[in-house]
Amino acid sequence: MYGKGLRPLSIATVVAFAVGFSLVFFYAPLEADQGFIQKIFYLHVPLASTALIGFIVGGIFAIAHLRTDNPKWDAYSYVAIHISVIFGVGVLITGAIWAKASWGHWWVWDEPTLVSFLIVFLLYCTYYPFRYAIEDRDRQARYASVFAVTAGAFVPLNFLAVRMAQSLVHPRVFATSEGGLPGSMLLTFLVCWAAVALLWVTLVKFELTAKSASGQLKRLRRALDAPGRAPSSRIAPEVS
Amino acid sequence: MTPSRVAFAAILAKDLRSELRTLQSLPAMALFAVTTFIIFRFGLDRTSLSGSLASGVLWATLLFAAVLGINRLFVAEREEGGFDAIRLAPIDRSVLFAAKAAALIIYLAALELVAVPIFALFFLDSVAALGPLVSVLLLADLGLAVVGTLISSMAVNSRARDLLVPLVLLPLVVPLMIAASGATEPLLVVGGPGYHRFGTWLMVLGLYDLIFALVGWAVFDFLLED
Repeated sequence: MYGKGLRPLSIATVVAFAVGFSLVFFYAPLEADQGFIQKIFYLHVPLASTALIGFIVGGIFAIAHLRTDNPKWDAYSYVAIHISVIFGVGVLITGAIWAKASWGHWWVWDEPTLVSFLIVFLLYCTYYPFRYAIEDRDRQARYASVFAVTAGAFVPLNFLAVRMAQSLVHPRVFATSEGGLPGSMLLTFLVCWAAVALLWVTLVKFELTAKSASGQLKRLRRALDAPGRAPSSRIAPEVS
Repeated sequence: MTPSRVAFAAILAKDLRSELRTLQSLPAMALFAVTTFIIFRFGLDRTSLSGSLASGVLWATLLFAAVLGINRLFVAEREEGGFDAIRLAPIDRSVLFAAKAAALIIYLAALELVAVPIFALFFLDSVAALGPLVSVLLLADLGLAVVGTLISSMAVNSRARDLLVPLVLLPLVVPLMIAASGATEPLLVVGGPGYHRFGTWLMVLGLYDLIFALVGWAVFDFLLED
């Protein structure tokens, strides 16, 4: 049931990426200062903003879980955070490549957005050991939701603190992604962003489908082992 | 329903009394802090510190010493059935959060009462900065206490208690440490305390405290359900 709509969604993602990358390589102009390497911007920035929004969305699902006590929302929250962490790895790698190309170092400490992102990423990495250290399933779901809410509140606060720790005169190379961009670059950027966001949604749906299928399978197996008890009709995917 | 004020006072008094009788956390925290100063003295090979180095040593030490106390904050509740008692008692559960955070603030203040003068004695040339430092310490203690209480109450019910507190707490308090050391650094520079962006950093500390106090207050109920 989670698999519904997965095929058109996947096709839309592939199409969006094809269009986006064609625009990146054949339409968007070369940036005057940085040249070709600047094109990684079309992947790096959408990945980063999608991951951050994904973390916040995970927090919102967690609030829904705490309010309704429906395990479905916990699974949504887990998968949203999980996919965002994977995107986070991509953000750090593309960010490092870009930093090496344009500043000459793989890592620069005075780029607040990159540093903030690393801290947020590290916090969300602790979500897994935290979650799986709790055995009782209901409690695990509840505590994971509390974590997701707390971490969601942490994201904007962390960006504020890290940005303030920099000297205020530091030049912001791509501070406003839209502000200084010419129209052709903006269009390319928006298409790439849509593609990455679609990829996120597709992966979340995929993971939910897989989890719900394996949970269903586990329940059916259990029912086979203990005949006489009908399989429960719980449809929420199990997170394990 | 017992009034929250009464319940708060009762839980806080219980915590302080049991800490005074068993001395489980405080001596360990203070000893740890002093030993860490000595390690920094040799690790950095400095006999006196100032500016960002001094503020870094002070805050790293206080944070790691605080982790020791935070680790043990709910151990008695877990092992002696205190959680069950709280669940049975006709009180608002958020009171436990407030009382535990208050107890943690008192522990941290006690730790700093020992560790900060020793830090000044070991490394600082003048003690003029200690007056304004108190406000930074208090605001940072409040933030550490609310976040620490929240994490500790979750970690204590898991398999990997001692591992989870530092693991989850450290990234969460990075903004707190940025603001605290940002405010402390100009205080400890050579040539008397300076106040460069002091007020701004205090405001960031206050904002952090406020946000996590609200989050903790809102979600703590769910941690006690069973």
